Amino acid sequence: MGKVHMKVYRGNSEGGELKDYNVDVEEGMVVLDVIHKIQATQSSDLACRWNCKAGKCGSCSAEVNGKPRLMCMTRMNTFQEGETVTVAPMKTFPLLKDLATDVSYNYEVNKKIPPFTPKEGADWHWEQEDVDRVQEFRKCIECFLCQDTCHVLRDHDKMGKFAGPRFFVRIASLEMHPIDGEDRVPLLKGEHGLGYCNITKCCTEVCPEDIHITDNAIIPLKERVVDRYYDPLRILWSKITGK
Amino acid sequence: MSDNYQSFDYDVLVIGAGGAGLRAAIEASAAGCKTGLVCKSLLGKAHTVMAEGGIAAALATVDSRDSWQQHFCDGMIGGNLGNHWRMVQIHAQQAPDRVRELEKWGAVFDRTSDGKGNINVRHFGGHTYKRLAHVGDRTGLELIRTLQDKGVHSGIDVHMECTIYSLIKDGEKIAGAFGYFRESGRPVLFRAKSVIVSTGGIGKIYFVNSNSWECTGDGFALGYLAGAELADMEYIQFHPTGMCWPPSVRGILITEGVRGEGGVLKNNKGERFMFKYIPPKYQGKYADTEEEANAWFQKVVVEGQKEEGVKERKPPELMSRDVVARALWTEIKEGRGGEHGGVYLDIASRRTPEDIKKKLPSMYHQFKQLADVDITKVPMEIAPTCHYMMGGLKVDPETQMSNVPGLFAAGECSAGMHGSNRLGGNSLSDLVVFGKLAGENAAAYAKKQKDLPKVNEGQLSALNKEMNKPFENGQGEVSYKILADLQQVMEKGAGMYREEGLLDQCLKDLEGLKARLEKVSAEGNRMFNPGWHVALDLRNMLVVAEAVARAAKERKESRGGHTRTDFTGYSKEFAKKRILIRDKGGKMEVVREDLPQIPAELEKELVDAHLLKPEILKQLRGEA
Repeated sequence: MGKVHMKVYRGNSEGGELKDYNVDVEEGMVVLDVIHKIQATQSSDLACRWNCKAGKCGSCSAEVNGKPRLMCMTRMNTFQEGETVTVAPMKTFPLLKDLATDVSYNYEVNKKIPPFTPKEGADWHWEQEDVDRVQEFRKCIECFLCQDTCHVLRDHDKMGKFAGPRFFVRIASLEMHPIDGEDRVPLLKGEHGLGYCNITKCCTEVCPEDIHITDNAIIPLKERVVDRYYDPLRILWSKITGK
Repeated sequence: MSDNYQSFDYDVLVIGAGGAGLRAAIEASAAGCKTGLVCKSLLGKAHTVMAEGGIAAALATVDSRDSWQQHFCDGMIGGNLGNHWRMVQIHAQQAPDRVRELEKWGAVFDRTSDGKGNINVRHFGGHTYKRLAHVGDRTGLELIRTLQDKGVHSGIDVHMECTIYSLIKDGEKIAGAFGYFRESGRPVLFRAKSVIVSTGGIGKIYFVNSNSWECTGDGFALGYLAGAELADMEYIQFHPTGMCWPPSVRGILITEGVRGEGGVLKNNKGERFMFKYIPPKYQGKYADTEEEANAWFQKVVVEGQKEEGVKERKPPELMSRDVVARALWTEIKEGRGGEHGGVYLDIASRRTPEDIKKKLPSMYHQFKQLADVDITKVPMEIAPTCHYMMGGLKVDPETQMSNVPGLFAAGECSAGMHGSNRLGGNSLSDLVVFGKLAGENAAAYAKKQKDLPKVNEGQLSALNKEMNKPFENGQGEVSYKILADLQQVMEKGAGMYREEGLLDQCLKDLEGLKARLEKVSAEGNRMFNPGWHVALDLRNMLVVAEAVARAAKERKESRGGHTRTDFTGYSKEFAKKRILIRDKGGKMEVVREDLPQIPAELEKELVDAHLLKPEILKQLRGEA
């Protein structure tokens, strides 16, 4: 492929800028390889996270030419000949340094989700079709690209009031588990702010695991909230019965 | 310097948050100990996440003939009797409970299709029966996420993106650990009554490897430098199926599950060559003709018939990894390799595209995205890749404690369980079985200590100065260059095939690299600085590399993951020995020690039950 012109964000919480790098690119390279090459030959202190380099750990999330992507799964030959490739950190999260951002918000939200709680006396035998949907959600590699792209977090700064798509997927995996007995619907309506989501499906589009976040997780959860709190028949019924 | 570092006090400190570390921390915390967990990456990103095929446990949900005894025998034969038998026994006996426990904690394993709704298990190399509980081909992710979610609700303090640079001792006993936060570069001290190292592997010392940046042998080196003995360091697993094209993906793992689901190995002539390579220890257990192997495949994999009623034997592609890797190497060396220096793994001609996408979704994805190869249409080209370290800290099988009081090890950085070759699926079960044991025993040890151990302030200042040295070395060499050279030195000198002269050269080259590391320099400052991080990791990698080369030179035979071109075959002399590496006055000492043997009573029981064959035992003991 020859030389490629890269612009890579360099900076920290106090500020920074896109810096130019020219890198020799070989066949098959992905954006993460180019970043590693810059580290090895030009700027050894360029900060970036990575682990598996095979799209399984979700560490190397960044914005490549403005799109939230895993750097390890973005091949250099998908760009036009002579095109400048820009790599910037995820915008939604506070910057630590260069391409590494402070994603601790996600870990805080996760802690607030009541864990898997099997029903008492549950039957631990179930069919594959009973768990296909749950397994889809459990494919999540926590790259947080959905959190990055979600405008509720990105543009409306609702951290603290809105859990974000990753955690609706997580909650859905628990709520739809055949023998989980915990009720997380009040939390979804309250603290986790599911109502802020207006199902634009941006999260689904960026998911590297192709999880149908909006259709399979968020919408069914929204239905549960609606059924519980906004169903007129149910409201009438509970007024009559006091239940 | 006490003002300049953060300090935390724990009963039990766990270093490393992969499967073993998380499981250990959960156990220590459940025992009522204040538990800290340190990891180099973000939580949930450890290399466990990469494990694909499954977790081995004799659940017998699919084949009722399976038992812990059979799992034990498979592990011992797979490890060519280089294992510590007692660890293999504990593992085989406890693995089923650990798997069921994962399910209780929220893991969602694939189910059987017999209407009973049990945990489904699949075939893997060297296992006599279907034995690997799995979730498609992302079992490691399921395991780590389950433990992570359990862990965060267990009152464990997690310190993410923190690297431990040195263990701290109070006299002979462990006293804690000292390191730095990767983000700020700020030093940190953890005082602890007991410490568990569960830091994973060493793959990054080789050029072609399947490991993440974290696998720099930290636990091995931290333990060694603190006086712990290392064992079995010559036993390294080169996994037969690594990606080999394009160059940037070289070494990335292809799950053995591809072969479990029917994938076959072919050379450039289109021959299924594995029939030529059945070693005596597996003769009679695997199909010796293509017709037989195909009949087995059709009945067991495609039609899902119960294997108990099938008279054909399994295909030889399902033998243990050491055997398959050597076969591949021979085919490639003798000129029957593919266009990029590998051989072919073909699932496309065996299963329907729908089945492949359903059973092996990440493999489909990985090849499509990284190599422009559609594995439902064409074969994959593959070559061996450094995957797993069987050796590690020598531990007591019952407690997982090393020879340093209060220092425990679990998972890949401990030795004994896998002998000279690990079977696929035995790693995830190793993590949870021995992670639990380590957590339990580290907690018990901590409870026996009255006070927190003392820490010498002067030692901490010296360590911090040492960590800072790359910034003070002036315009020296950048760490990445030394790393690249180390990987070449190990690949050439102590790779898949070894011989005396090459090992001597390797040891000489390592001395040169050590001298270069003294002068390594880092640019910028201590804030999130990968060049500096690599400079510090290199110390550990050089310790491990030297231990590997020295142990490999000492074992003058070929066994499992240790192959000597100048000493082929099993030797009677070495069969009952394990090689230890320990520090003696700043130099590495190599010691041969008797390897504990399967007790006669147990051996007789297994032979009488036709689970072990005396002639195979004889052969592996170099007596045949």
